[in-house]
Amino acid sequence: MKPAAFSYHRAHSVAGAVGLLTELGEDAKVIAGGQSLVAMMNFRLARPEHLIDITHVDGLSGIRRDGAALHLGALVTHRAVERADLGPEFRVLSEAMAWVGHLPIRTRGTVGGSIAHSDATAEWCLLAVLLDARIVAEGPAGRREIAAGEFFLGPYTTALEPDELIVEIVFPRPAPRAALTEYADRKGDFAIVAAAVDLDAPGGPRVVLGGVAPTPVSVAPRTGAGSRSPGEIVAAAVEVRDEPGISAHYRRGLVRTLVDRAWAEAAAR
Amino acid sequence: MIQLIELTVNGERHDLAVEPRRTLVDVLRHDLGLTGTHVGCEHGICGACTVLVDGAPVRACLMFPAQVEGADIRTVESLAAPDGTLNDLQQCFSAHHGLQCGFCTPGFLMLAEGYLAEEPDATKEEIREVVASNLCRCTGYQTIVEAIDDCAVRRRAALQQQLDGSTA
Repeated sequence: MKPAAFSYHRAHSVAGAVGLLTELGEDAKVIAGGQSLVAMMNFRLARPEHLIDITHVDGLSGIRRDGAALHLGALVTHRAVERADLGPEFRVLSEAMAWVGHLPIRTRGTVGGSIAHSDATAEWCLLAVLLDARIVAEGPAGRREIAAGEFFLGPYTTALEPDELIVEIVFPRPAPRAALTEYADRKGDFAIVAAAVDLDAPGGPRVVLGGVAPTPVSVAPRTGAGSRSPGEIVAAAVEVRDEPGISAHYRRGLVRTLVDRAWAEAAAR
Repeated sequence: MIQLIELTVNGERHDLAVEPRRTLVDVLRHDLGLTGTHVGCEHGICGACTVLVDGAPVRACLMFPAQVEGADIRTVESLAAPDGTLNDLQQCFSAHHGLQCGFCTPGFLMLAEGYLAEEPDATKEEIREVVASNLCRCTGYQTIVEAIDDCAVRRRAALQQQLDGSTA
């Protein structure tokens, strides 16, 4: 279908975008790559009265190292991350991009947009929680940082205020032994289950799952004792949703397999 | 609300007055008459509307024209020579029977053009992975992969010949 009518507003700066958000209120929606939003608008699942286009805002497309941390501007595309040489410390991010939709989606879709959209299976949401990313948002009162662990509140619901704009995502620590894998019936579809593992997370190995609950689920499996694999331990520990066509039993099996797969990939580094 | 925009398509500048809600693919087809770009699913799944924006393959159904003001947009109409001679990629599609009904073909052509420009050394496996982004209900993909691979091989050989010639 075609999108419902809306008014188009072009922002030329972050302050300008925040000004528009403040002025236009909750009927306004920010558009960056638009790879989720325009599809939803074509379906009329989303009918914003105003679109604030931030694709012409300068300074939000940078990828930069700052000491141990990696800073990604909100408008960095998935494809830019896929092609960037982020070194062994952050290559998990580049490699995970192969799972984000398909090439023509990755050339437009953005890191900030994916995080703001907050789909329960989105790779960026999992990676942000896995690696303790901080989401930098600017609002009328200035900038603040939100920990990824507190950012995703539900499907398509985040801690972002209606007048705030994501400007940057900061990955504070290197993750040389981390990996993400997932399963969908067709490559490029939304994952039925996605699993990400970081063996060097503070406090011990961490597993983050997508597709099992409305938001990414973080688990710190106690491995070492007994003969069960990390995947078996995680699969036994988490609640998984049951839906027609995809039973909880099936999804739990996927959790077990995918966690073991990602774990082995991370351990082999 | 009507919006004035300026688009550069296949090297030509156009001044347009359109509704903001008109997607890029509809502007290309209905306002510019460039009907080579096809409309399939309108939610980014089928790839029939794939065009190049600044060289990168994108879904024209998932963007609004105002977002690509100032960008270089290329559609399937830009591939053949003005006299209608097909370009090398199109000739490979024809030679390998990389199309049957042809509905998906413009999308595959622009996907392959954008991809090969960025990755001229792409392997057959990588090509197979990339074409998974577009849907074809006729060919079973094998001939499409072979066509794109053949084109890549020919372009590499031509480049090599050029390099050899310039050093000789």
